[in-house]
Order: sequence, then structure tokens, then C-alpha cells
Amino acid sequence: METEKKLIGRGELEKLFSHWRSKGKRILAPKKIGAKIDFAAVTTLEEVCLDQVQTVQSAKTAVFPRVEELFSFKNKDGRVEIRERDQGALPETVIFGLRPCDDAAFAVLKAIFNWDSQDPLFSARMEKVAVIGVSCPRADEYCFCTSAGGGPGGTTGSDILLTEIAPGEYLAEIISEKGRVLAGEAAGLKPCPASVSKEAHLAKVEPVFALERVAPALARLFDDNAFWVEQSLRCLGCGACAYVCPACACFDIQDEGGGSGQRLRCWDSCGFGLFTLHTSGHNPRPVQSQRWRQRLMHKFSYMPERQQVLGCVGCGRCSRACPVDMNILEHLRSVAEAKP
Amino acid sequence: MSMADSFKPYLMKIEQISDETPDVKTMRLVFSDEREGKNFSFRTGQFGEYSVFGEGECTFCIASPPTRQGYIECTFRKAGRVTSALSGLEPGEIIGFRGPYGNIFPISDWEGKNLLFIAGGIALPPMRSVIWNVLDLRERYGNITIVYGARTVADLVYKRELAEWAGRSDVKLISTVDPGGETPDWKGEIGFVPTVLGRAAPAIASRDTVAVVCGPPVMIKFTFPVLTKLGFKPENIFTTLENRMKCGVGKCGRCNVGKYFVCKDGPVFTFAQLKDMPQEY
Repeated sequence: METEKKLIGRGELEKLFSHWRSKGKRILAPKKIGAKIDFAAVTTLEEVCLDQVQTVQSAKTAVFPRVEELFSFKNKDGRVEIRERDQGALPETVIFGLRPCDDAAFAVLKAIFNWDSQDPLFSARMEKVAVIGVSCPRADEYCFCTSAGGGPGGTTGSDILLTEIAPGEYLAEIISEKGRVLAGEAAGLKPCPASVSKEAHLAKVEPVFALERVAPALARLFDDNAFWVEQSLRCLGCGACAYVCPACACFDIQDEGGGSGQRLRCWDSCGFGLFTLHTSGHNPRPVQSQRWRQRLMHKFSYMPERQQVLGCVGCGRCSRACPVDMNILEHLRSVAEAKP
Repeated sequence: MSMADSFKPYLMKIEQISDETPDVKTMRLVFSDEREGKNFSFRTGQFGEYSVFGEGECTFCIASPPTRQGYIECTFRKAGRVTSALSGLEPGEIIGFRGPYGNIFPISDWEGKNLLFIAGGIALPPMRSVIWNVLDLRERYGNITIVYGARTVADLVYKRELAEWAGRSDVKLISTVDPGGETPDWKGEIGFVPTVLGRAAPAIASRDTVAVVCGPPVMIKFTFPVLTKLGFKPENIFTTLENRMKCGVGKCGRCNVGKYFVCKDGPVFTFAQLKDMPQEY
């Protein structure tokens, strides 16, 4: 559908929040939790915090929880019973206040989970999620969305994108059918006058590397062992980068609870040595430099080729979270600028 | 929604267990639900995720041929958590199976050709499926030669079937054990698989022949030059890759070799394809 532009004020947003609550919808939004600002269930607009550049975690958990039950089972006296999850019981969810990079990450997750066959659990959750992003008035030194195909006002992945054009006054870009239905629940929204400039209210994020140079450079550098060792010597293999990434979706499958338990899907990371370790002891990626190479290759070379989407949205969370200050944008710049 | 997509496994009853070596077993599995069994089909080369409920899942090929219907078989070595639990089970007990996953050996393209199978150790199971598949359609293929080796006589799997193949006039079986691995009554060859293959070379023509090689990386590495010397083209040499997997359906992110998913683009690859892939297996 063609994007519609409307004006919406804080008062109307507050009414929408209570309307959604009355319909039994869950609202996830950035909220102050101790010293952190993270996505959590809220009931009023008052609780929502939009002062931060980024939340610590993205809203990925709404569609891809850190641990989720695939099914439960009873294995007793030679009989096995499997109980599948009731996907109808998943709550309708409005995710409010994400930054455009996080909105775009949903498109990446869709490509990963559904590129070949549909992942039913992910799809069932995704279907029940509506995304209302808020564009970025500020960025920090870790942000690089404009180098990763996005921008501080990017609309990919959003159903509605809000841009604050005056205190408490928002331009609402209604992007999808889901967004149209949500906005329709606020009666009498005024159309946005043509004189309103969205760009004037967005952060300036200068591109730091040439994205089109990254994939060809990675292909050239694959066997340059010295390059990857130099790039990753600091890496602890802790996996923090993957655990805060809005677009990482590698997972493990594990059983818990013994004979009467659950089969679980849990987040995993290509940074861990165990990730690819064979039972025989053989490991196709035995050293950290190969695992760091895999991280960049997967996101910037393999995914664009196999899933037609970049595996990174430039949110900068991995760099903010890294305990040894590895900054992915510096690494990507080194790749892009490596001499052929 | 297919079962494969939901990660919900079929419930399989263990019908029969054969001890291959002290730590390798073959299990014959039948579908607990007859209707699921009737609707199930697979092709040779494919694999699955086998599970012991409460312990987890494990990836093995389907070691039986699709020409033998009504059951599937898997062969595994007791090594980790799941295979240890599997090893402790008895006939009649229930395990899980998801699949079939992955691509196939293109045996219909091989019709009219000679076939050379080369396997080492525990890598015979994926090849056993394709060997029985072509033997069950014997008239469609030319000469069939099987070269199989293991470290010791005790490590040879499918001993009853090796004896059966050795006794057939329409199959040439060359079995071997590594030097020092022989027993006093061992009648086969002594030597590493690539060496034995080289020795047998005059009897093996590369013309109109497809080679299938499955074995430990070191065996594959030394077999390839022997085959090249015999005149085999890389596109006529097939193998299977066996990276660690969790999902089997191209999502969990660990079995990749460069941009290729072993679970989707493989497990069957030709040597021509391997030449274009990074050494990540």
C-alpha cells in the first residue's frame, strides 16, 4: 500500500494505548528497568522511555525468545506422548518505540526463518506483532545504519513510523495494512501538511564505509589468515555480540526436564567453539579468527547472496556490548578498505 | 504444516538392533503411527534428526535404501549424550525422528554407468543406502565395485552384508584393514583405502564410471589424487559432508560451508563443487 501521512499527538497516542489494552493486546515498549532501558510490557504511554539512542536489547525476543519450547513430552514406561504448543494462545502484541534499525531487523529475521520453508513458531509470533517505530532524533558514535542500507528515519519493517516534529507532536507514516488498522483505531487523525519536513527532525548519521565494497572484499579476504587473526585477536568468544544483535538468529535445540520435559530452541552464537564442534572432536572452525570471519561473512556475504538481505542493520549494539571494545564498524571499514 | 517444519518428530518404534562393532549399532525403526509410515518417503542420500526424549537430537543419515519400505535404519557410534542414551535402548522402545532432509545421490543420472563405491570406517552407512538402492535395481547399472576399509577387522561394519556382497557375482567387493589391524584369519587386503584403491586400479576403469567416496577427511584427501590419476573427472566423484547440525532445515546457522548449507545444498556434493567451496568442513 501507499504510505499515508498523518499527524498524531501524545493525547491521541495515550488513547490508543488504552484502546489496545482494552482489546487485550500486549504492548512492549522501552522502559526504564533499574539502570537499563529495555523492552518490557507497559500499559500507559507514561511508562515509555524514548530518551535513549538505543535500548540494551532489541525487541527480537517478541518473535524469537531467548528460550522457547518447541513442544513438551512425556517419556514413561515405553510410551511417548508429545504435546504441541497452542500457538493460538500467543498474545496480540504492539511493539512501540523501536528505532528504525530494530524495525528493519524484523525483515532480516523473516528472511532467516522463512527463506526456504516457513518456520511455524516464528511466523505465528510475527503474525501477531504490529510494529510502531519512532525515528531517531539522535545517534551515537556506534550507530552506522546509513552504511547498512538503513537510516534514522528508515521505514523498512515498520507498520507505522513516528517522527517527533514538535514536543508531543508526531508525524505518523502508515506503511502497512496492519498499520492502517492500528491507526484507524484513533478517530479523526489529521493529514500531515506537505510543509512538514521529516528530515529536519532526524539525526545525522554519516556513512562510514562503502557497503558495496564489503562483500567482494570479504570473498577476496577469506583465505587471508593473517588478516582475520589480526582483526580478532582480542575476541574472547563470549558471544555478547550475538546476544544483543537484533538480526542474529542462530539457535540450538536442547532437551530439558528428563523423561517428562520440553524440547527447547535457544539462542546460540557462531562465536562459541562448541557451535560447530563435531562429536569426533573435529571442528571446521577450530579457532576464534575463523569464527569472527564467519560472523562477518554470514551477515555481509552469505545472507545477501542466499537470502537477498543484509544480516546487519547497523544498530551498533554489538560494539556497545563488546567487553574488549571490538567495534564492528571499524572492522567493516578495514574490510572495505583492504587492498585487493 | 508439515511435521518437518514444526520440529515435532515422528514417533518410531525400535524393531531390531544389530551390534556392528563393540560401540556401533544399527537400529531398524518403524513408524508408531501406521498412516504416517505409509505417507513417508525418502530418497537415498538423505538424513534425519533422531532423538531420545529428554536427552536431545542427533544427526545421522538414513542407512537403509528407499527400495526397502516400511522401515528406516540408522547406524551410529556411541560417542556423545544422545548416542549413549540410544545405545542403552531395547527393541520396542520409542524414539523420535525428523526428516527426511537434504539432497540425494542422483542415481537416476547414473543409470547405464559403472559404479565405484569407496568407504572408510563408520562412513559406510550413507553409502550402504545407495549401494542397496542400486543393487535392488541391479539391471539398470554396469559394473559395481565396492572398496571398503576400516582401522581393524573389529571396526568393519555390516559384516553380514559384506559377506553377502562378497558372495555375489554381480558385485566386486574389495575389503581392507589398516596395516596392523588384521587378524590371523583375515582374507581381505591389508593397507589404507587409497593405497588399496591404487593397487586395484588396473581393474577399475574411469570411463563411464561414477565414484562415490565417503570416509574420514584424511581418507578423502588421499583418495582424490588416486581417482584423478585414474582419469575420474571431479563432477563424477560424489561424497557427503557431515557438519554439525541442529535444525536440518537451513535455519540454525552452523552447518554452512561458505555460503552453502550442508543440510539444504548437501549432504551430497561432487568434488567439482567442493573445489569451489572453502575448506570449512
